[in-house]
Amino acid sequence: MNPTAEQTARSVNWQSKEMAARRKARYAAETRLKIYGLAAISVALGFLAFLLISLTYTGHKAFIQTEVVIELDLSASGVDQSKIMEADWRGIVRTALLQEVGDIPRSEQRQFFGLFTDQAAYIVRDEVIADPSKLLGRQEFTVPMSDPADQFAKGEISRETPESQRRMSDRQIAYFDAMVEKGSITQPFNWALFFSPDSRYPELAGLAGAIAGSFWTLLVCLVISLPAGIAAAIYLEEFAPKNRFTDLIAVNINNLAAVPSIIFGLLGLAVFLGWFGLPRSAPLVGGLVLSLMTLPTLIITTRNSLKSVPSSIREAALGIGASKHEAIFHHILPLAMPAIMTGTIISLARALGETAPLLLIGMNAFITSEPGGVMDAATALPTQIYIWADSPERGFVARTSAAILVLLGFLIVMNGIAIYLRQRFERRW
Amino acid sequence: MTASLLLAILALALFAAFVSSGKAKAVQAAASSEKAHSRPIYHGLNAAIWTGVPAAVLILVWLFAQGTVIDSYVLSQMPAADTVSQSERDLMMSEVRQLAAGNSFKEPTPDIRAGAAVLTSVRFAVQWAMIVVAVAVAVFGAFLGLKVVTPRFRARHSVERAVTLFMMFSSLVAIITTGGIVASLLFEAGRFFLKVPVTEFLFGLRWEPQIAMRADQVAGQGAFGVIPVLFGTFVISLLAMLVAVPVGILSAIYLTEYAHQGVRAVVKPLMEILAGVPTVVCGFFAVLTVAPAIRTLGMSIGVTASPNSALAAGLVMGIMIIPLISSLSDDAFAAVPRALRDGSLALGATKGETIRKVLLPAALPGIVGGVLLALSRAIGETMIVVMAAGLIANMTLNPFDSVTTVTVQIVTLLTGDAEFDNPKTLAAFALGLILFIVTLILNIIALGTVRKYREKY
Amino acid sequence: MNMMSESAVEKALDQKMTEVDYKMIGQDVSVYYGEKRALFDVNLNVRKNTVTALIGPSGCGKSTFLRCLNRMNDTIDGCRVTGKITLDGGDIYDPSIDVVELRARVGMVFQKPNPFPKSIYENIAYGPRIHGLARSKADLDQVVESSLLKAGLWNEVKDRLQESGTGLSGGQQQRLCIARAVAVSPEVILMDEPCSALDPIATAKVEELIHELRANFTIVIVTHSMQQAARVSQRTAMFHLGLLVEENDTDKMFTNPDDQRTQDYIMGRFG
Repeated sequence: MNPTAEQTARSVNWQSKEMAARRKARYAAETRLKIYGLAAISVALGFLAFLLISLTYTGHKAFIQTEVVIELDLSASGVDQSKIMEADWRGIVRTALLQEVGDIPRSEQRQFFGLFTDQAAYIVRDEVIADPSKLLGRQEFTVPMSDPADQFAKGEISRETPESQRRMSDRQIAYFDAMVEKGSITQPFNWALFFSPDSRYPELAGLAGAIAGSFWTLLVCLVISLPAGIAAAIYLEEFAPKNRFTDLIAVNINNLAAVPSIIFGLLGLAVFLGWFGLPRSAPLVGGLVLSLMTLPTLIITTRNSLKSVPSSIREAALGIGASKHEAIFHHILPLAMPAIMTGTIISLARALGETAPLLLIGMNAFITSEPGGVMDAATALPTQIYIWADSPERGFVARTSAAILVLLGFLIVMNGIAIYLRQRFERRW
Repeated sequence: MTASLLLAILALALFAAFVSSGKAKAVQAAASSEKAHSRPIYHGLNAAIWTGVPAAVLILVWLFAQGTVIDSYVLSQMPAADTVSQSERDLMMSEVRQLAAGNSFKEPTPDIRAGAAVLTSVRFAVQWAMIVVAVAVAVFGAFLGLKVVTPRFRARHSVERAVTLFMMFSSLVAIITTGGIVASLLFEAGRFFLKVPVTEFLFGLRWEPQIAMRADQVAGQGAFGVIPVLFGTFVISLLAMLVAVPVGILSAIYLTEYAHQGVRAVVKPLMEILAGVPTVVCGFFAVLTVAPAIRTLGMSIGVTASPNSALAAGLVMGIMIIPLISSLSDDAFAAVPRALRDGSLALGATKGETIRKVLLPAALPGIVGGVLLALSRAIGETMIVVMAAGLIANMTLNPFDSVTTVTVQIVTLLTGDAEFDNPKTLAAFALGLILFIVTLILNIIALGTVRKYREKY
Repeated sequence: MNMMSESAVEKALDQKMTEVDYKMIGQDVSVYYGEKRALFDVNLNVRKNTVTALIGPSGCGKSTFLRCLNRMNDTIDGCRVTGKITLDGGDIYDPSIDVVELRARVGMVFQKPNPFPKSIYENIAYGPRIHGLARSKADLDQVVESSLLKAGLWNEVKDRLQESGTGLSGGQQQRLCIARAVAVSPEVILMDEPCSALDPIATAKVEELIHELRANFTIVIVTHSMQQAARVSQRTAMFHLGLLVEENDTDKMFTNPDDQRTQDYIMGRFG
């Protein structure tokens, strides 16, 4: 080897102007990449913020309902206390209202009555049924206002708009102002949104039926998918022989988890409604379909939870003479339970938001009463949102946003519980 | 009625369990010479299983089968039913059922009246028969369960066998479900293809499923060519991917390589929240806010945008898919060994160069798998397009125009009032079959790519 | 061909050693991982065109020190380096010297061969491309060829440059990584236990390579094998528990070390 140090074939001048410029350009490219990355995240999160803000903005007014306190003297109506239901309540209430407000020319009476909800008469009737003493003397009844009046009170309809383009006529606004002056208008919290079932009239429509329907549906889903999911996961993880057939099952489960939800709706329609003949729109069918959808994900997460329990526990249990079943059910399963519960709650939360399969099995019918059980026709929260979204009345736009906020509220609570469970109970091996 | 019966069986099972385990304890105490094989609780459980399970299974099967059996019996008792077609028989049966339930829309014929009477009495008989048989089976099971309680009886094995059987059956549910999906889709699509030829369906260029419902209705001839519908799915999915892929991958790059721990801890959960927003909410938002905004945008650049433009639906769908691509890409980047990163940095590459030229190519199979899964999701997505996209099949690439997709058509065809045989409703199943096949292929390729990629590292 | 023997040559070289012939100087170098201190005021000078071996038991800090020399410790979260390290007299942490330039001038070969999942050609061409060292394709071809020649790999792969780098054997992959490091014209090559994942034949090839490279590069090699240190290096530094215990000529270190701890380690009393 030549003792004199050989020059390297190329010596690079790292300090040259070109090299410096090149380095600068390279760093600039990196900064650009960072900016793009940050921009991407901002797009995604910005959309989320925009969505939530926009929904809150359109929906918050639906949490308030404009109501009017009217004083009616029903003593002259001649209603028979034993036959309250049969009386002509529409006529009675109209007469009593006209008594209160004085003379209105016939041509304007329709406009006047249009300020009150269409079902006002029956609301009064129901109050009388609850308390028949209200038939005597002047009594106060609180009645929701109709949707146009409600929107006007909330500022959605402006006086400035020309009358022909408005849903409230000038006369109606005048009557309304008079009632405001008298102090008869109140805007309490819209409890009906939570406790009334659906209705044609936005001012009376509520989510009680949908919430009950979702409850029953998720209950069926839980009752079917939780035991089946845990059982299948335990079998596949602990008992099944490692052969091609078991692999096939595992592959199947992975694929099912990625099948579009509408296909499950088709399955429900063809098999549960068509072949089994179960009643349409029933939470039982909805729950069955949703449980088939959540089962694959549940099996996968349960298997992972079981895998995460160290095998030393199983070996210890077997070592003192427990059978395989006992080792699993007395030792491994309890230790994996927090993770399994977390996974279950998250799956249920996802199921709560599912709409497409429920549409296909009919849970988008117009149902005006709460379901009493799993066999009664019902809607679910997401399908109710879908129904309301289609309705043109302005009041329904606000209520759809409000219903979405209610749905999101449920989802936040459920996910929150799941995360809390995970933080509190999950053991890190 | 069924509920109370099931509750009664449950109560009986619990009672049998209690008695059996009591007997087991007593026997064990008495027979001091033989050690009992199983603890008393297992004898109890065994008795409960033998009491409850056969009875419950019997009830389930009975309930499923009784509908068809009763219907055919009632029809057999109605002479008028012999001479008419199947669908007319179904109609007669449903009228009978309505009358028996107390609803009648028109004056029922004497035949129907007679049928309703038969139906009511048969239902009564069948119901009581079920109760009697079920209770008998349960009692017999309880008796057996109690009888076998001896020290030598391997109650634990019996119970464990039953549990294993239940677990095995549960695992088969996945296969049964897939089988059910395939079978029902094929069956109904098959019935569709009897009315509309496969070639017309697969290659037809017009999708106008308005056909006459009854012979005397005047309506258009139905055209059931699926190509324009597939085209619409393609356009909207493409728009969604154009939004989701760059945004998803870039955000994954930033989160894995550049973000501080604190930023990551906040952004990742927020992404999860975005992923958890139900699609019906996104659909409503698309209609309420995004579509009008796009109309305004279109007007400002001189283009008329349809109120249910492909762009509105595609954009919102794309944003909904971002978290999926982001998290799968995140996993893909995390799986690239640190050694590759270090090797590139040690050569004097900037972090950006390392990401672009070493990490991205190395993580590509995982990312591609994620993109394919996201594409499959986009194709199968329903609510956003049902609410924000159009109903008319239109073969256009203009994002401001309205198109329809496979999922929209499935929903529209099935949420109307059509009987089951109608080609319209069956067409939905044919569409469902196509959807299932396409997404299945995409999923298999995607999951396979991701799995192979994980094995590599 | 020179008549003088190898060691005589080196002695002559050593006699010419002055301050200037230190390629890199480390003064009071300490490294902290969070609260934990991994290196305690290490003072170590690396001589030009010399192979310096860093030895010591596991966890003694030799790899940590090596990574300081090309600022690879910067990529580890929570890692803090104090003290001064210079390259040709210039502080490597000085803002005037860019870290990407530093890492090109001070190259690194890792314990486990880590070729990129690209072709052999692309593996080598990566460095020159990003630094803009080749003006044309022909230039780049030339660089690839000369790097592979220097790494002693050219003859084995010259006909399959487009094949994947990961398809080579372990020893070939490591030589590929050496070629890749050489391609950016470094002045110093750092090697972190380069042979520990290789079989004896591949190890021998790499050691021979180190010997050839010494003429043109300064080499610092971390090794857990004392025999290897004795074979390839001229200077050896022994680390223990984050301290630099001794630095000496290799011959002297292994026959008559100054420090008792070095003696104990070499005798195998710990490690």
